[in-house]
Amino acid sequence: MAKETKEKQLVVSVSPHVRDEESIAKIMWSVNFALFPALIASFYYFGPRAMIVTLLSIVSSIGFEYAYQKFVGKKTTINDGSAFLTGLLIGMNLPPQLPFYIPVMGSFVAVVLVKQLFGGLGYNIFNPALVGRAFLLVTWPKLMTTWKEPSAAFVGLDAKTTATPLGILKEEGISKLLEEFGTKNDLYISLLTGHRAGSLGETSAIFLIIGGLYLLYKRYITWHIPVSFVGSVAVIAWIFGGKGALFTGDPLIHLMSGGLMLGAFFMATDYVTCPSIRKGQIIFGIGCGALTMLIRLKGGFPEGVMFAILLMNCFAPLIDRGVKPKLFGEVKAVKK
Amino acid sequence: MGHTTKSNWELIKNGMFSENTIFKMAISLCPSIAVTNSLKNGFFMGVSVIFVQVMVNLTVSLIRNFINPKIRIPIFMMVIAGYVSIIDMSMAAWARPVYKQIGLYIQLIVAFASIFARAEVFAVKNKLIPSIADGLGMGIGFFLAMVVISFFRELLGKGALWGIPIVQGNPLLIMVLPAGGFFAVGLLMGFFNWLDARVAAKKAA
Repeated sequence: MAKETKEKQLVVSVSPHVRDEESIAKIMWSVNFALFPALIASFYYFGPRAMIVTLLSIVSSIGFEYAYQKFVGKKTTINDGSAFLTGLLIGMNLPPQLPFYIPVMGSFVAVVLVKQLFGGLGYNIFNPALVGRAFLLVTWPKLMTTWKEPSAAFVGLDAKTTATPLGILKEEGISKLLEEFGTKNDLYISLLTGHRAGSLGETSAIFLIIGGLYLLYKRYITWHIPVSFVGSVAVIAWIFGGKGALFTGDPLIHLMSGGLMLGAFFMATDYVTCPSIRKGQIIFGIGCGALTMLIRLKGGFPEGVMFAILLMNCFAPLIDRGVKPKLFGEVKAVKK
Repeated sequence: MGHTTKSNWELIKNGMFSENTIFKMAISLCPSIAVTNSLKNGFFMGVSVIFVQVMVNLTVSLIRNFINPKIRIPIFMMVIAGYVSIIDMSMAAWARPVYKQIGLYIQLIVAFASIFARAEVFAVKNKLIPSIADGLGMGIGFFLAMVVISFFRELLGKGALWGIPIVQGNPLLIMVLPAGGFFAVGLLMGFFNWLDARVAAKKAA
């Protein structure tokens, strides 16, 4: 026995030798934490219904993860917070007034079809929460685009339905948007604080930015994807967003409306489905931004962040291959 | 000329299950997604393929000794195109509503990998009766796959079967759209492979 203990003290291991305190669970829970300000803002604007929708999608996505892993006899990983995050993101991507089976269905698609059937966390090609939402949008287009006007706090339970700012901008133009919100500054403030129609968690740009900055500060995400994503949206909106002449668009409206902030900080940066090399992440972000604006300005839907990120998800491995740094000592083959 | 050693019944079963065109070989997937949005379309597509597959195998097997190997591909092509024209015209005459929806894909049977493959790897090397049995098995396998896929897609996507509404409520619209075709084929393929693995495990135990 004594000999055995002695042998065990000599640990020979391969690199990495320097380890950090970080773990998947810690990062995932921090991301959840970073989303909380925006979540609480959504409760304030959309009332108890928003709470139920979010809660349902979180509980059901944890439930499906647990049930599937039990069913196939895998170790359950519901404690790492990734199922919680998927559920939270699905909830935050839904309009507040929905029949209750819809968030549950979205969680099923996201967790079982997109994540677990591909092998679980780390093996999925697409962002689970976004595919869940895409599935719901294509399946129930009418329900998924019936937006509710925000009503302060818990009073107005039967608030009227309305279009999102981007929907109005697309259908009727900027003048109608100003008619609804007052002056341009009022519009900016409404967009920034989240007093507007939209999916639960996407409305208050300011709280999403705060959450995003927290993640940047903790170094859980890097600036590459959010900055290149948001930046390319702003540039394209400025150049092509105006009616008629070029360079007359209003980038601020495009930046703060729709799901751009939520997408850029929390969904495009998903470790599993974005390129892992910095240069590739910038290409990825620009691609997301360009596709988003293409859909917003020319496509059939008023909002394009979701489809843009999903489309770029397919390219992530390809981008990584393209920007792979040269091995030390590698020489490019000379073409004859 | 390699003669098959399997009995006719084994050949039919082989085509239906262990070498099922869609679920095992994963070929001819285009129609399995394009026309399976309703049970009726899937059914007629399946029937057409059974007909073409059997007749092509029969014909190729009959003329196998006269085919110059160097020009076998154009010959197969002409044989297949002939039978596809027959089924195409018959459907245009007698099944007009269905033909309007899936007519294009009926004509595309000419380019089906599965039909061509059976002529190339089986019918041209085997005698008449085994060739017919093989064609029948492959055709029925394809037919079953089409019926199963379109059954689930129409039921989930429209809440109906053969055009008759069954379930009320908000159906899963995505299932009758192209994306739903991929979901349905992928999930059913996974299910049948899982079933196979279980059967194999039981046999081994």
